[in-house]
Amino acid sequence: MSTPATPLWEVFVRPARGTNHVHVGSLHASDATLALQNARDLYTRRSEGVSIWVVPSVDITASSPEEKDAFFEPSADKPYRHPTFYSIPDGVEHL
Amino acid sequence: MIDSGPPVNAPANADIAEYAIRLGDDALILSQRLSEWSARSPQIEEDLALMNIALDLLGQARSLLAYGGSFSGRTEDELAYLREERQFTNLQLAEIDNGDFAVTMIRQLLFSSYQYELYRDLESSRDAQLAAIAAKAVKEVAYHVEHATTWVLRLGDGTAQSHDRTQAALELVWPFSHELFADDSLSRRIADLGVGPLPSVLHEAWLAAVRAVLEQATITVPEDNWKPSGGRSGLHTEGFGFLLAELQHLHRSHPGARW
Repeated sequence: MSTPATPLWEVFVRPARGTNHVHVGSLHASDATLALQNARDLYTRRSEGVSIWVVPSVDITASSPEEKDAFFEPSADKPYRHPTFYSIPDGVEHL
Repeated sequence: MIDSGPPVNAPANADIAEYAIRLGDDALILSQRLSEWSARSPQIEEDLALMNIALDLLGQARSLLAYGGSFSGRTEDELAYLREERQFTNLQLAEIDNGDFAVTMIRQLLFSSYQYELYRDLESSRDAQLAAIAAKAVKEVAYHVEHATTWVLRLGDGTAQSHDRTQAALELVWPFSHELFADDSLSRRIADLGVGPLPSVLHEAWLAAVRAVLEQATITVPEDNWKPSGGRSGLHTEGFGFLLAELQHLHRSHPGARW
């Protein structure tokens, strides 16, 4: 059985050349090489990717759900931060 | 199995057909053995890795058996499901029990390293179909070698217990490696035709590759003494009958059953 000591890794796959690595899930592995092999077997077996990153989950600093309101809510009522908030003045060409 | 189109051309002669079936049997039987790990692997991640390897081998087996069988009008299913134990010509290494995880990984290292040398040679076979099958399979096998290498290094050079169990695994499996490189009359005729390598010529490169991994894993290569053989002529180990029963029982109980 997998012991609790086996570290968790986050897996990022780049689906095609020129695109970004996207988080696809996580897995257990005892070191980085095995994590990469496991990621290949778990997440790219149907030709989903051309490149894989694995990152130890403990190294990821994540925002906490409790902070959600303080973190994200203040930006919800500030439509003027979107360029579409502003109307284009008459006479401005090439915009 | 799932339908696949008929092979392009049947083998040119009975020797090539028999040779293709030999190699197909190796892949089929090891695939079946590996499948026994399904839902029993040390980790779910490893479970999927082993099943991927088993499926790669099954794909190779299907191509090789379909090709070999087409000479005598037999389908891949007839060859896999309707032959008796003595008609299977796989190497005994492919059929030995999984044992613990160390035995499975050592067996995979020895077998996949052999298959890698074999398929690399077959890529330039005078038989176009075998060359094409080998060219596709060699990339799969390169990964099988890498996977087994990764584990043997970690088990051999891991804890005292994992080291001892890996050493014991090698001592159990090593005798079966001799059969991989034993020439017989069929393999000599195949080599004369330029269709496939003489098994003995693969030995040197195989030994160098395997030794390098084992030494780095702090595992000692045992002395060569017992050399079991006979798989190529249909003689198998005790557990083979049980393996065949599991492989064939559904097809024999429900003739013509399809997905």
